[in-house]
Amino acid sequence: MTTLSVNEKKHTVEVEADTPLLWVLRDHLNMTGTKYGCGIAQCGACTVHIDGSPQRSCVLPVSAVEGKEITTIEGLADAELLNEVQQAWLDFDVAQCGYCQSGQIMTATALLNHNSSPSDEDIDAAMSGHICRCGTYQRIREAIHHVANKPSVNIK
Amino acid sequence: MRWSLAQGFSRRSFLRGAAGGTGSLILGVKYSPAEGAIKKHPSSVINNFIRVDPDNTTTLLINYAEFGNGAYTSLAMMVAEEMDIDWNTIVLEEAPTEPKYYSPLFKEYLTAGSVTTLSAWMPMRTAGAQARDLFLRAAALKWDTDIKALDTQLGNVIERNGDRSSTYGDLLVTIEKESLTALSNVSLKNPKSFKLIGTNTKRIEGTEKVNGSAIYGIDIKLPGMLYGSVARCPVYGGKALSWNDSKTMAVKGVVKTKRISSGIVVLAKDFWSAKKGRDALEVVWDEGQNASLSSEKFYSEYKALASKPGMLAEDIGNSLKVLHETRDTIEAVYEMPYLAHACMEPMNCTAMVEQDNADTDKISKCEIWSGTQYQSNDQEIVSKLLNIPQQSVTVHRPLIGGSFGRRASKTADFTVDAVEAANGENVPVQVIWSREEDIRGAHYRPLFVHKLRGALDDKGMPLAWHQTVVGQSIMQGTKHDPAYMVRGMDIYSLDGCLQEPFGVFRYGTSYAIPNHRVESHNPPKVGVNPHEWRAVGHTHTGIAYECFLDEMAHAGGKDPLDLRLELTKDNPRMNKVLKLLEEKTDWNTSLGEGRARGMAARIYSVSPCAQAVEITLLDNGEFSIDKVVCVIDCGIAVNPLGIESQVQGGISIGISAVAFGNIEIVDGRIKQSNFHDYNVMRINHMPEIEVHIIPSEEMPTGVGEQATAPIAPAVANAIFAASGTRVRSFPLSKHGFKLI
Ligand code: FES
Ligand code: FES
Repeated sequence: MTTLSVNEKKHTVEVEADTPLLWVLRDHLNMTGTKYGCGIAQCGACTVHIDGSPQRSCVLPVSAVEGKEITTIEGLADAELLNEVQQAWLDFDVAQCGYCQSGQIMTATALLNHNSSPSDEDIDAAMSGHICRCGTYQRIREAIHHVANKPSVNIK
Repeated sequence: MRWSLAQGFSRRSFLRGAAGGTGSLILGVKYSPAEGAIKKHPSSVINNFIRVDPDNTTTLLINYAEFGNGAYTSLAMMVAEEMDIDWNTIVLEEAPTEPKYYSPLFKEYLTAGSVTTLSAWMPMRTAGAQARDLFLRAAALKWDTDIKALDTQLGNVIERNGDRSSTYGDLLVTIEKESLTALSNVSLKNPKSFKLIGTNTKRIEGTEKVNGSAIYGIDIKLPGMLYGSVARCPVYGGKALSWNDSKTMAVKGVVKTKRISSGIVVLAKDFWSAKKGRDALEVVWDEGQNASLSSEKFYSEYKALASKPGMLAEDIGNSLKVLHETRDTIEAVYEMPYLAHACMEPMNCTAMVEQDNADTDKISKCEIWSGTQYQSNDQEIVSKLLNIPQQSVTVHRPLIGGSFGRRASKTADFTVDAVEAANGENVPVQVIWSREEDIRGAHYRPLFVHKLRGALDDKGMPLAWHQTVVGQSIMQGTKHDPAYMVRGMDIYSLDGCLQEPFGVFRYGTSYAIPNHRVESHNPPKVGVNPHEWRAVGHTHTGIAYECFLDEMAHAGGKDPLDLRLELTKDNPRMNKVLKLLEEKTDWNTSLGEGRARGMAARIYSVSPCAQAVEITLLDNGEFSIDKVVCVIDCGIAVNPLGIESQVQGGISIGISAVAFGNIEIVDGRIKQSNFHDYNVMRINHMPEIEVHIIPSEEMPTGVGEQATAPIAPAVANAIFAASGTRVRSFPLSKHGFKLI
């Protein structure tokens, strides 16, 4: 039995200790917003926040996150709202197929929480762990700058 | 604002952000029309594509796949424009896999070839106009007034000089009472009066794609569903002789193992257990006849073939004679490797095979949930596989996490996996390919060798061209053979290097070279599956043609853009595109030390597209692509915002290919396996991309693949301009040019 705190709710799951958090979220908790892309920490599709910091859930054994606060794309904003990053993603029409975007948004949110006005180099450093095969990178960059340039940034 | 829920599970519906409120709701997954609603209001079905509910919601049945291409948005725009409805009242639903929903161009349920906007242009606008006309007639009857006194306004019929107005939904009662039906002959709007078409319109399924609620194939959850992971022979085409699953069965969650066509599938209660069980499986393989294949062998065989006469595709003037009589001919051989699509959502499919209640040996029906571009083919293949009628196979199409051609599988390979795995299980089975299986999935842009010879006239202009194209056919031996094989040649292999239209491709290169000869070799289809890959033929013909043209420009002392302007004098559309490119790039200015430009121009599926890139090259071979200027003429620009994103995406995937893309076969095995060795571009590699769309009143044509066609040669030409090194085998990284 493993007890996890996901999006401020407790869940108890029965899985092997080595099961990556990704598959616990997807197959045991039916939270499919977090995506599988590579399984070896190369693409960023599976990014979630562990105590606020972006991590690749595909290589994170569930045993390592007990007692920590896990936030997924579904819990990024309160209730049925979008956070400012998600809203900017909508405003800039970033998504194409959209498959990589949960992960991109998780990392962009964490970036903006730690650095309210990232330079292009900061964006490259934070976001280059993510792959978007649809090539939405230019709009991702624009959306991040847009959020940073807003007068008061209040991202969860 | 409404949600369509996936069968078997519900999901909290997210509302738009506080500042939101834009956009309508979309299906991720909805499978059958709301039968109840139709029974209650039979009149609500306006035509094949449109249903209107009493609450004034308009449901559109969409018969094209959404894999990032923007099809859902542009089709909805076409209907909303003609029907005059509020964008926020639209709900999308997947059209069933029935002939009435087949693409009028392909005569199949297929989303491909960057022709969705063109194919849907008349049907969707007509459907919208029919609905508007029907509501106008209903209001005229109800109010006993002349239809000419009426107009529409965002889902309402209004009286121009009166007070009366009614929602479309409220007029359903009149339609029913008066037994009104949609007329087939209705007039469409003059494009000059478009209000929505031509405006920047955000993706209709945008919210779902930022809050985690979008349902892709891999997200399908059904009651009792098992997950499958397949052990495949390391050599494509090999077979399992035997397997030992004792370690597999010891993995918690594993239910069983069994043989399917592609290998041994492990079924488990969750995917991780299935994969763990798969990895523990001990299989004895018969590697079969592909075990001795290698990319190196293909290159050397194809290079030898390129020097031999092939089948003659085109012979304008007399290239052989001119080349024979020319002393200083220019010659080159270009080599292009296999490429994987590497869509972010790995291949997967969910299937439920149901047995007949009376006779459990018989199968009664099959349902599949698949992120597919090619529903009618999947349906047909599954019906043959299970020996049931085609109508007994229901194909549900969730959202798709990228495709680039991969998910238009002619063999329905990932669908067959799931159906065979599910057959006999009485529960749904979802087979997910690991990334490694996906990269090694044996559907690739085929390896090609092009040999070129050219001669210049005394003014330095191309006088003669002789190109021999060698590579496996995509279409030969498939059901597309009759349409795409012309005199034994695959027109896809040659698309982009013929001057004149060929087969069903009604366009040429746009250049006029007086002597132009192209020959083709389609060597035997052995090994992996040659498959469509974004921009198909142009992914290799583009490089060979546009780089060699660049070689000729330099040999003749011509500026590459001037040369193309001259060669396209008789092709006004491409000439205009090139002129705008010249203007927007300040082509004739110098960029300074270490920086250079390169350009290329291509016509793929009717739309001309030209690009110029600016690069910075360092002494150690590292280079950055700083800027790409792209000019495209795609007819009427239905959604400029969507066009811009397709161009950015098309350029991005093309840069990945030219800079890094390389799938190598060694001893029958695919060397690459995941993103650490099959490199693709990341945000730090992304240039600034400027998109210019030529204003036009022509029918809208494609944008999805057009921008992929010129980018690779434009980058390679810039590398030459910066370094003096002419790269002729790809990717660039093979030669120490490293994209940073
Ligand atoms: S799936 Fe975790 S980084 Fe790719
Ligand atoms: S939007 Fe498709 S992979 Fe990023």
